[in-house]
Amino acid sequence: MRRFSWFNATSLTLGFAFLYVPMIILIIYSFNASKLVTVWAGFSTKWYGELMQNEAFLDAAWVTIKVAVISSSIATVLGTMAAIVLVRAGRFHGRTLFSGMIYAPLVMPEVITGLSLLLLFIGIGMDRGIVTITLAHATFSMCYVSVVVSSRLISFDRSLEEAALDLGCSQFEAFRLVTLPIIAPAVISGWLLAFTLSLDDLVIASFTSGPSATTLPIKIYSAVRLGVSPEINALSTIMIAIVTFGVITASLVSKRNAVNRQREEQAAARMT
Amino acid sequence: MRRFFLIAIPYAWLTLLFLVPFFIVLKIALSDYALSIPPYTPKLDIGGSWMALKDFFAALDFENFVFLTTDDLYWKAYLSSLKIATISTLLTLAVGYPIAYAMAQAPDEWRPTLMMLIILPFWTSFLIRVYAWMGILSKEGFLNQFLLWTGIISEPLTIINTNTAVYIGIVYTYLPFMILPIYAALEKLDASLLEAAEDLGCSRFQAFWLVTIPLSKNGIIAGSFLVFIPALGEFVIPSLLGGSKTLMIGKILWEEFFSNRDWPVASAVAVVLLLILIIPIVLFQRNQQKQAEAEQ
Amino acid sequence: MAETVFAPWDDSNAKPLIQFKNVTKRFGEFTAIDDLSIDIFEQEFFALLGPSGCGKTTLMRLLAGFETPTSGEILLAGENIVPVPPNKRAVNMMFQSYALFPHLDITENIAFGLKRDKMPKPDIDARVEEMLALTRLTQFARRKPHQISGGQRQRVALARSLAKAPKLLLLDEPLGALDKKLRQDTQFELMDIQEKTGTTFVIVTHDQEEAMTVASRVAVMDEGRIVQVATPDAIYETPNSIYVADFIGDVNIFEGHASAAADGYDIAWGEGQKPLHAKTSVENLDGKQCYLAIRPEKVSISAQKPENVGNAVLGKIHDIAYLGNISTYYVGLPDGKIVKAQTANTRRISRRSFTWEDDVWLSWTDTAGVVLGR
Ligand SMILES: Nc1ncnc2c1ncn2[C@@H]1O[C@H](COP(=O)(O)OP(=O)(O)O)[C@@H](O)[C@H]1O
Ligand SMILES: [Mg+2]
Repeated sequence: MRRFSWFNATSLTLGFAFLYVPMIILIIYSFNASKLVTVWAGFSTKWYGELMQNEAFLDAAWVTIKVAVISSSIATVLGTMAAIVLVRAGRFHGRTLFSGMIYAPLVMPEVITGLSLLLLFIGIGMDRGIVTITLAHATFSMCYVSVVVSSRLISFDRSLEEAALDLGCSQFEAFRLVTLPIIAPAVISGWLLAFTLSLDDLVIASFTSGPSATTLPIKIYSAVRLGVSPEINALSTIMIAIVTFGVITASLVSKRNAVNRQREEQAAARMT
Repeated sequence: MRRFFLIAIPYAWLTLLFLVPFFIVLKIALSDYALSIPPYTPKLDIGGSWMALKDFFAALDFENFVFLTTDDLYWKAYLSSLKIATISTLLTLAVGYPIAYAMAQAPDEWRPTLMMLIILPFWTSFLIRVYAWMGILSKEGFLNQFLLWTGIISEPLTIINTNTAVYIGIVYTYLPFMILPIYAALEKLDASLLEAAEDLGCSRFQAFWLVTIPLSKNGIIAGSFLVFIPALGEFVIPSLLGGSKTLMIGKILWEEFFSNRDWPVASAVAVVLLLILIIPIVLFQRNQQKQAEAEQ
Repeated sequence: MAETVFAPWDDSNAKPLIQFKNVTKRFGEFTAIDDLSIDIFEQEFFALLGPSGCGKTTLMRLLAGFETPTSGEILLAGENIVPVPPNKRAVNMMFQSYALFPHLDITENIAFGLKRDKMPKPDIDARVEEMLALTRLTQFARRKPHQISGGQRQRVALARSLAKAPKLLLLDEPLGALDKKLRQDTQFELMDIQEKTGTTFVIVTHDQEEAMTVASRVAVMDEGRIVQVATPDAIYETPNSIYVADFIGDVNIFEGHASAAADGYDIAWGEGQKPLHAKTSVENLDGKQCYLAIRPEKVSISAQKPENVGNAVLGKIHDIAYLGNISTYYVGLPDGKIVKAQTANTRRISRRSFTWEDDVWLSWTDTAGVVLGR
């Protein structure tokens, strides 16, 4: 029996209170009727209504989603390729540099990544806008994708691929018919991670965006620099709600799958 | 042939969009500020002759780096970034370890839920999580209202726009990075080891100190680096929660670039920041490698 | 008319299906297969037996095409298959881990190889049905691999690799993951299926009993070489070296000095002991170091010195292992050597005639042991 003492219970309670109370306050005050964010003046959804009227925010949200979908899709393809190279390609010229370039962006401060990409885009005379943000996001999130996918590939049982070859597949068929379907969950997680990173990014987007394209985080940042605003509270609440819904659904689904699987395996073991 | 493309495509992408930009930063850090567009000289004319190339290199110098040493602001900012990152890493460890420990002790059926609750903020917008504290820490914010109401204080505290607010912000946003590796290490820890230690005469506290802590060492190290490295170059937190006296290098770089438009100095700041970061990054890599080898 | 014995290896006209010709495989500095040559014939059930790490899996992977020999040739029906990639070889392998595709159900797993051959759909269905019936899996056709038991998984792996009707089926420790009872049942099932399909099987195992049960011939391997290839009885009764004698079953080994005597040798072995006599056709050992290997069940144990037996030595019972059907006596000789003697327990244990510390005579005939030069 593990001991679950009052000390542990207190740590968990305080810990989760610390993590969640700020967000809960934010959510509550998004329904505040008053413009003054710290004074409660009754329940109202008027800030949501105003948010929906705010063209600038809606435009920015649209740009952000477009950038996130495209960049995370590019990042998933490139990152999966990079993962295969890292785990499977064996030795080749410049392997060390390659793996360095995969891992470096993970620890590189965003300000530096952003600055360097901006200088590149200016250097080659590329107009800054949706395209440059997308390229920048695809670049740093492909590294995250490749880490997620390569950790799955490392534990992948190579004999499954060999069995496919043995049964007549070419290398490419073996990958398409066996490896890819099995690592698909990792590839999807990679995509989701890339998507979230892109949605979330302020710093790199600020460097690489131009006057023609503003993303939601840039918009939020310039609004909140001036102080707390109820409209931003409403926007934050919507974003938190979407993420919470997504994460809870995903974890329920994966939990149900795990339970089903375990039950089936137990049944199979009893069968003999 | 397929193998060639498989390697070449991501390789080329990263070279163009990661490596080349990095060298451009280096180059501009060695250039001079100029009132033009782009605001620096010399400019590399790719199609230029050999002589032009030679002139180009002759014009590069370390002026900007020298400048960084002469102006107090920069080395103070580096030192202050190091200080803030170190203190907030230790604070995160102090807050995160008990949570990770309690999670590892929790009944099996709770754990997936606890895990999800730790990961959930990680998927939530970073900017929003920092923003949430602006309303709490401000002069009329919830924290002051609460403390005044309980009577602990009689005057509202000034927290926002100080380093304290920055510490709170960093601890809050990076807490999952600290908890997860420690939890992973503690979860693997076999409960019978503690029983064995107590059987051999340790008190509970001694068993914790002599068995649990050493066996979670790798998690502690990994978590600390995962907090320290991004905290060092952090921009959003000092910018929203810190004050004008909060010196952090990420913020300086941003201001140098966007407000002063001094690209050469901004680039030099970036280069020095990277040099400082290399040490913890290499140490972190070592730790991860050692751990991976130990697990094999 | 007498049934002809299946023994193509004794027929000089028979053409081997598989030939290894001086095959060597090195991994860097390490030699996994060392100048190895063997012939395997059609319809054989050929077992590779050897300790872990001796190169059995490597040999199989060379046959399947996952490794290329460093030197030497591998012939399949007379053709060099070294340059042929694994997906083009008429050889299939059943993997040690089974390697069932977890995202496909049983039917899809079995049909996987057939689809690669662009077989028409009705033919695939028919073939899959046939394989499911052969391996008694019909009722599990739509289950996923994790929904069936270990024994069933093993049969799916077998069905999948047999579906393409390969000329040669390679089985790498096919029963390694099963528990003992299931293993024994499955061994007979394998033999049955091999007979029905007429496929040539090469099976890897480190379990000598399994090899002896299923195989038409057994090859004993050591450090990348084949030490002996023979039928199970020949390998048990006439091992060619103490390595083989020791690896297959239990054995007592007397080391000594040979001198030619009637129909064989006298072997001087212990101080003050009468030389042991053994009849053998082995030549060229006169005056040399040699070994006499005797199986424990060929050693008799008695209280009085037996008459008219070739060899007898006196010892004291050191230990008794009661195994139910048989008992093994560990008898200590005066020089400290322990000799094992086995007797069948045809009587109840209470009537056992010997106990600890009894002085007993061990005896065996001139032909019971095998004289070995190495
Ligand atoms: N790909 C490889 N690289 C290096 N050494 C290998 C490789 N495959 C096998 N070996 C070595 O070859 C030897 C024989 O291995 P294997 O054929 O798997 O043995 P067995 O199946 O008889 O246990 C082992 O010592 C193993 O370490
Ligand atoms: Mg093996």
